[in-house]
Amino acid sequence: MSSFRIRSNDPIAPSVFRMEVEAPDIAKYRRAGQFVIVHPSGGRERIPLTIADADPVAGTITLVYQVVGRTTAEMALLPAGGDLGDVAGPLGKPTHVENFGTVVCVGGGIGVAPSHPIAQAMKSAGNRVISILGARTADLIIMEREMRLASDDVICVTDDGSYGRKGLVTDALKDLLDDPSAPVNLVVAIGPPVMMKAVSELTRPYGVKTFVSLNTVMIDGTGMCGGCRVTVGGKTKFVCVDGPEFDGHGVDFDGMMRRQRMYSADEKVSYQAFLKEHGCRLEERIRELKRG
Amino acid sequence: MAEKLTPRQRLAIPPVPMREQDPLERRRNIREVPFGYSPEEAMLEASRCLLCRNKPCIEGCPVAVDIPGFIDLVSQGLFNQAAELIRKTNCLPAVCGRVCPQEEQCQAVCTVAKSHKDQAMSVQIGKLERFVADWDREHPVDGDGDRAVKPTGRKVAIIGSGPGGLTAAGDLADAGHEVTIFEALHRTGGVLVYGIPEFRLPKDIVEFEVEGLVRRGVNIVTNVAIGKSKSVDDLFAEGFDAIFIATGAGLPWFKNIPGEDSLGVYSANEYLTRANLMDAYRFGDGSDTPIMRGKTVVTFGGGNVAMDAARTALRLGADESIIVYRRSLAEMPARIEEIHHAQEEGVRFELLQDAVEIVADEAGWVTGVTCQKMALGEPDRSGRPRPVPIPGSEFVMPCSVVICAIGNGANPILTEATPAIETGKWGNIVADPVTGRTSMKGVWAGGDIVRGGATVILAMGDGRRAAESINEYLRTGVW
Repeated sequence: MSSFRIRSNDPIAPSVFRMEVEAPDIAKYRRAGQFVIVHPSGGRERIPLTIADADPVAGTITLVYQVVGRTTAEMALLPAGGDLGDVAGPLGKPTHVENFGTVVCVGGGIGVAPSHPIAQAMKSAGNRVISILGARTADLIIMEREMRLASDDVICVTDDGSYGRKGLVTDALKDLLDDPSAPVNLVVAIGPPVMMKAVSELTRPYGVKTFVSLNTVMIDGTGMCGGCRVTVGGKTKFVCVDGPEFDGHGVDFDGMMRRQRMYSADEKVSYQAFLKEHGCRLEERIRELKRG
Repeated sequence: MAEKLTPRQRLAIPPVPMREQDPLERRRNIREVPFGYSPEEAMLEASRCLLCRNKPCIEGCPVAVDIPGFIDLVSQGLFNQAAELIRKTNCLPAVCGRVCPQEEQCQAVCTVAKSHKDQAMSVQIGKLERFVADWDREHPVDGDGDRAVKPTGRKVAIIGSGPGGLTAAGDLADAGHEVTIFEALHRTGGVLVYGIPEFRLPKDIVEFEVEGLVRRGVNIVTNVAIGKSKSVDDLFAEGFDAIFIATGAGLPWFKNIPGEDSLGVYSANEYLTRANLMDAYRFGDGSDTPIMRGKTVVTFGGGNVAMDAARTALRLGADESIIVYRRSLAEMPARIEEIHHAQEEGVRFELLQDAVEIVADEAGWVTGVTCQKMALGEPDRSGRPRPVPIPGSEFVMPCSVVICAIGNGANPILTEATPAIETGKWGNIVADPVTGRTSMKGVWAGGDIVRGGATVILAMGDGRRAAESINEYLRTGVW
């Protein structure tokens, strides 16, 4: 039985953690755009997390996750040196990488993390990479340094204007699309579904190809359960084996967002039960950000 | 049995029924439905076997268990010996005794049934096999399973830990090869743990069988999806001499009717996986896996999986669980026993109807299914009468959960990554029906990835024949 030892697990933004895990095979085989299924312990859910980075020499992968429910909260409490439980992957189809010309990577919130390996891969394929990092407010902008290393240019955008440009990622993207001197050949958008939908709607009239990376509810992640299904171009597709990346212009985002709500009430019950027992420890962990 | 019975005396004994949980009680718990035979009941049932000379039952068994041989031992009270005899050709008797379609296999050809001209009168081979396996598990004999095997130094990889993979692993380990099973999920057993519900196959029985394989030297690596985590070529590069692919069922089919992406619509795979593998039965009590517990649950389909889903719905608290099937009861592919159990528990069968639309409220939650009545027409290619829609017969059946149990396609993960393995029109792997050899040298395949939706025992038969062929290949080097 392989063990997935945690090298580090630290907060990098409010409620957002970065975990480095020993997973030599995954580190060696993963490609940009792929994900893993994490199952921290028996009784917990199996959740898909996109691989934010990997070091094949050290045999580690990096996962960036936001505490949104019981499973991610439990992950936040795991100490360095501990065991992550079950990690299966790399799963999903890798990003289609080639020299497109100019690629804009739009990352919203923790969507920046999965954008990172894609920006890296697009850059190594010879593309000019412009990354737009968006968040509600300054301290929620993550991985700016890493994204600068992987991109030719980085534009930060915050809803409240506390950092970078004030507004939405679509405002910054629109300016790029409208610039006749530097055509955009591809947009890769990863973030909350509403953001991916808005980006896809924005690029559609420009005829700019737009990839989005979907993160739907999954169980096995290997093409068995069908829970992750989404309608793309009028056809049922499975995010785990047909995706996670799809042509944003074909995705039925409204249907997907509706299905994402299926378990909201139950998830709340699980999370509340967890907080009742471990809420103080979780707050303590989240507060480490300020001290660190 | 002290005195020898005459055939006439044997034929006069009626089949011994297996005691079961009361239907109205069991529909609300996940414990196993039948209680099993007592030793006395098993010996009485065993004495019904005529020990006939032509033994048609052995030929009816996909893994050719010596059925009269083990039944004779049971009639003498030699239960552990009976178990040992079964295990010579069947490494999962406790599983097969529960889930094999005996009425279509060994029991279908039983001489006792023929003498009575009544299939229901056959020797209850499945129940006896189950009794023997359970007895042997609960009353182990010292030294049991300590078969000294000379290591061959050859390595075999098995992809998938379902019934096909487990059977092949057992046979290959017994032949002295170093066997490693790669499983994509976190738990071992494939469909035996994620698909077949606890009330039909308790999970501790599967665990016991898997532990037995581990004791016999089989390595099990979980969380590895071959084709993604590593490739078939990587396995050869790691020193494996032969590979058996038994990855099982793939992407669930949906009906492609409007409303199928509404909230509350499941594939049977997802519904059963949530309930079984992820313990949604115990949500809030050690499990975080939610599952929608509708008051009225409608399941599409007429196979064993549909029965499992409909019966699981009752156990998750549904007031009403309804099967919608487009043909009549006579054409239903599910085992008679499963249909019978479902009926006893109160599952409602709405036959000769087909769903044409799933209706949802404004927020997207399922509120019902629009069904259309069907009539039976001329036989189609499957030989069954084709269901023909009756125009204007549509009506809405209110419900809040819909489960689609109409079958699976092939899983694309391994085959997409391994172009050297030939696949058929539907993406299933093409394998020799006798040996299980694929188009790629050193690679065998069996079970649902080859057959599409089949049964546990057919997958086991494939595993057994592939193991034989692998042994031969490793001995001779001839592909």
